[in-house]
Amino acid sequence: MATASRIPLVSALQTLWRVRRDDEVVITTMGSAREWMTLGEPHALDFILVPSAMGHGTSIGLGLALAQPGKRVIVCSGDGSLLMNLGSLASIVAANVPNLVVIVFDNGVYEVTGQQPTAAAGLGRLDGRNADFCGVARACGFDSVHEFNDATAWANDARSALDSKGPTFISLNVEPVVGGTAPHSPGPTAARAQQFMEALRR
Amino acid sequence: MFSGDQIASLLSEVGVTHVISVPDSTIGQWEPAIERTGRIRLVRVCREGEAWQVAAGLYLGGATPLVMIQCTGLFESGDAIRNALHDWKVPVFSIVGYRSYLDQAKLPGDTCLVFTEPILDAWKIDYRLITSPAELHVIRDHFLSCRAVGRAGAALIAE
Repeated sequence: MATASRIPLVSALQTLWRVRRDDEVVITTMGSAREWMTLGEPHALDFILVPSAMGHGTSIGLGLALAQPGKRVIVCSGDGSLLMNLGSLASIVAANVPNLVVIVFDNGVYEVTGQQPTAAAGLGRLDGRNADFCGVARACGFDSVHEFNDATAWANDARSALDSKGPTFISLNVEPVVGGTAPHSPGPTAARAQQFMEALRR
Repeated sequence: MFSGDQIASLLSEVGVTHVISVPDSTIGQWEPAIERTGRIRLVRVCREGEAWQVAAGLYLGGATPLVMIQCTGLFESGDAIRNALHDWKVPVFSIVGYRSYLDQAKLPGDTCLVFTEPILDAWKIDYRLITSPAELHVIRDHFLSCRAVGRAGAALIAE
């Protein structure tokens, strides 16, 4: 969780949008879902996890990756969300899912509730030190762990990071979006789930 | 109450593809038999809330998952159940161990007996209480009837 350099969230997502392959599933939650929906026409394999359960994007991604071993599943999580379900990193490694990529968009705050620091951010801790999400992922046994603090480096290396031997963990240090609110649901959930299931079957 | 082989055979028969579980001392004994089937994949998670959402992902991906947890894990699962079963209408079936129902000597006054069934009712999970070995067929029948109508359900296994 470096603080020296941060990537604008929209820029980080634009890179993912650009390099994402047509057969890859992308799950977005909270701030990433809000901004992803502004980038263009939705893809049939986008799963906008709105509404969500607290921090469970990684768990839905694990289930999808197990059910669809031929498809890469990319989960976009916030750092606050990941903290709520940190054990899922161990579960992912235990399940041995080479087709799962977890991207944590680490802005150090609970953005949609007014930018309160998380318990992993230096600003929210008495000792002022940042927790090390990449270190946690490595300790859990992720085969590939990447960290980006710079938009250009992410733009240049995103595809190779996504293609590395999985399960893969990518930490992107991003800027909080000032005034960023919780995302709106793009439509009725049951219908969206059905459409998503049909897209996976095609 | 049931052997691992009985449960594994039943789950194979009804077409379960994945069992997502955090064990307790009863249902944990079934794990080896479930793994021996070769047809059902056991997915170990760290906390029960995860189990429902892993199951939701599996269901969306075309699999037939089943969540297997103790009632204490049911209590911690609330937000995950609300989202998976009710927001997204994913019909996950579960086997829930009912702590202290049969043996009230080990934990006298165990509040699992107070809260388990009201919690299942609160989350609108259609369940069957299984209290004797003769009721194995009830699990199968309830699973199949829930699947037929696309509804979440549970078998509450007395422990």
